[in-house]
Amino acid sequence: MSERAVPTNIRMIDRDGLDALIRDLVGQGRRVIGPALRDGALVTGPVASVDDLPAGVIDHQEAGGYHLDTHGNGALFHNVVGPHTWKRYLYPPVRTLWSARRAAGGLEVMADDAPVPRYAFLGVRGCDLAALRVLDRVLRDDAFADPYYSASRDALFVVAVNCTRPGGTCFCASMGCGPRVGEGFDLALTELPCEDRHVFLVEAGSEAGTALLAGLPSEPADRAALAAAEARLAEAAESMGREMIPDVAQVLRDGLNSPHWATVAERCLGCANCTLVCPTCFCSTVEDVTDLSGAEARRERRWDSCFTLDFSYIHGGHIRRGGDARYRQWITHKLAHWHDQFGTSGCTGCGRCITWCPVGIDITEEAKAIKNREGRA
Amino acid sequence: MSLTAAADPMLPEPFGILRKRRELSDTFTLELEPLGGHRKFAFRPGQFNMLYVFGVGEIPISISGDPDDDGPLVHTIRAVGTVSDALRTMEPGGAVGVRGPFGSAWPVESAEGRDVVLVTGGVGLAPMRPVIYHVLTNRQRYGKVVILYGARTPEDVLFRKQLEQWRSRFDLFVDVSVDRATGRWRGRVGVVTKLIERAGFDPHDAVAFVCGPEVMMRFSVQALNERGVADERIYLSMERNMKCAVGFCGHCQFGGQFVCKDGPVFRFDAIRDIFSVWEV
Amino acid sequence: MVRIEGLERILREHPFFEGLSADYQDLFAGCAANERFEAGGFVGREGEPANKFYLVRHGIVALEYAVPARPPLVLETLEEGDVFGWSWMVPPHTWAFDVRAMTLVRLISLDAECLRGKFESDHRLGYELFRRFVPVVAKRLAAARMRLLDMYDSPK
Repeated sequence: MSERAVPTNIRMIDRDGLDALIRDLVGQGRRVIGPALRDGALVTGPVASVDDLPAGVIDHQEAGGYHLDTHGNGALFHNVVGPHTWKRYLYPPVRTLWSARRAAGGLEVMADDAPVPRYAFLGVRGCDLAALRVLDRVLRDDAFADPYYSASRDALFVVAVNCTRPGGTCFCASMGCGPRVGEGFDLALTELPCEDRHVFLVEAGSEAGTALLAGLPSEPADRAALAAAEARLAEAAESMGREMIPDVAQVLRDGLNSPHWATVAERCLGCANCTLVCPTCFCSTVEDVTDLSGAEARRERRWDSCFTLDFSYIHGGHIRRGGDARYRQWITHKLAHWHDQFGTSGCTGCGRCITWCPVGIDITEEAKAIKNREGRA
Repeated sequence: MSLTAAADPMLPEPFGILRKRRELSDTFTLELEPLGGHRKFAFRPGQFNMLYVFGVGEIPISISGDPDDDGPLVHTIRAVGTVSDALRTMEPGGAVGVRGPFGSAWPVESAEGRDVVLVTGGVGLAPMRPVIYHVLTNRQRYGKVVILYGARTPEDVLFRKQLEQWRSRFDLFVDVSVDRATGRWRGRVGVVTKLIERAGFDPHDAVAFVCGPEVMMRFSVQALNERGVADERIYLSMERNMKCAVGFCGHCQFGGQFVCKDGPVFRFDAIRDIFSVWEV
Repeated sequence: MVRIEGLERILREHPFFEGLSADYQDLFAGCAANERFEAGGFVGREGEPANKFYLVRHGIVALEYAVPARPPLVLETLEEGDVFGWSWMVPPHTWAFDVRAMTLVRLISLDAECLRGKFESDHRLGYELFRRFVPVVAKRLAAARMRLLDMYDSPK
């Protein structure tokens, strides 16, 4: 077999190559963000070298449960997503939009002109890359664009990772978002730690990615490694912990009056965890903050959740008073109405809302329950 | 890289209050002009602005002025919450922040050549006033024009003098009904939907614009349907919580629609499936 | 004869009797009469025997309650095309409120005694009337409920 049968945009690097990649990104003036071990969970944080990445950490996830374990092979990415999502960098949980002060004969409004960071995200999984595409559609490519999101997103460099070990609450395969990453990456890694040496296949998905890859110490991907990666990805797709019913959008549209909402509401605490860990939930509120003298005010935008009562307040009262209506709003928005609004599902099958729900409410199970309670085949 | 002000739809523009007029015990009208200098504020009937009161907050308020007039920006506001209360205490010379105009408009162009039926209730007459101005400016382009207005009591009848002026015209049919008669009221007593039953228009060639409390709009759509006005020719203006007005904040979602950018004016068949579903 | 023919035409053209057969039009016309009230005049007074119901041909009537120390409380105004007065069907057959002409009013009245007699001998005639009356009552009830919602109320 000839070398030419191997795609030219795929190379192979080792741990040192990955280290060089990280250092190159730092050298470009980027803030490199990748997996970090904190408070017993894999979250995200600054990465300066490959030694900052948690090695040999694997996660066990189930409805309402999460714990970490170690694995002797030293793999960097034999785990899936934790409670953090990438939106916290491009659409921060709290951000000052502008400030204002009383001026002679009026009001002066000052835009926030802080520089927008140039990020590189390392370890973006298929679900989360799909989530970035979803957020692009909402915050950048709609009639209005959020300037901060757009600017930081356009400057972003994405090092994606193909998942070879799916988690217990993952269902990206049934959402068409993984385990292999879709479009939108600059570089995509597939980790192969268990062969004779610990290597990563690197695929370039953009000009910037190609240029960066060209400068790394790499070797051509051999067919054995490619075949091993394919096999692992196929196995990962088969061994997902969960699955979303394919007709969920219609099931939910037809199920607005289902008695099942009341059943979910009996368990749902309305804690908003699911919306905070969701990689696509974009709802926000604004708060006006004044200084003590009352001369200056600023407007802060904060993440909000449709699970709070105040979310639907209009003069006189709250529209979604019950937990049933609020859960229904969240899941129907995510899986049905998102299609009407943005031409795509708002769910990418990452499974975070299942793992981090304190009472273990499972979006895939609730969708099935609505379908069955409605008596649809 | 930094953000430029012009590109940020969240950034309010300072406007000064030129005039303030008391309309009802809890409702008032503000006339605003940009502090950066006089310019025409272009908008379409039915659109709204976000009005910001320094240090208090921001609320969506529909524009109640004449879209074809070069004069100040006009908002009619009912004081029902923190920000609208704060606006009520403001006087000429004060300044507010304005973002907008936002949202969809009443389809006054596609209504040309047809009868136009405006069904309004309470402060819902305010977002409809730009339509009335527009139709009067272009009166020859429309068939019969019917303005039906319901209010709680005679004391709650908004724009009363204007309604009387419009009623005195031969080319408008204006009918007002109150839910509760008080004092010397000699007009109609009963629900606004009853006005729909008897108003003179061709139900098969009329376009109906409905604006008022959601319950009132529900009954009005039923009454219009009973007269034979099809859902595709009924438009209504919805209200939901709004924080951004540009589709980012998610608060104003109404099923698959955003009230801020897909609405506030919806063709009824676009929201029919969820219009009477509980707590949407 | 001229008077009767005029009434038949008016009944036939009134939406309340739309679609009624000619025979039945004659029967109803036999119980009908033209009435006229000046502005301020009372068509009925609360507590008085209710022995007629009315179709409004022209003008505005107010259904109102007299309350102490206040002007009368107007419940609803009715006009051309409306029907009022179903107390004759419901014991104790007395007017439940005052009915006052707010303008010059022309009405067609239908006499309850006369109708009852005809219904006894032809139940279908009674059915024709009741199936026209029930939607009127339902509509009036729906309007009352709508107003009970006080939908324009300030939410404060």
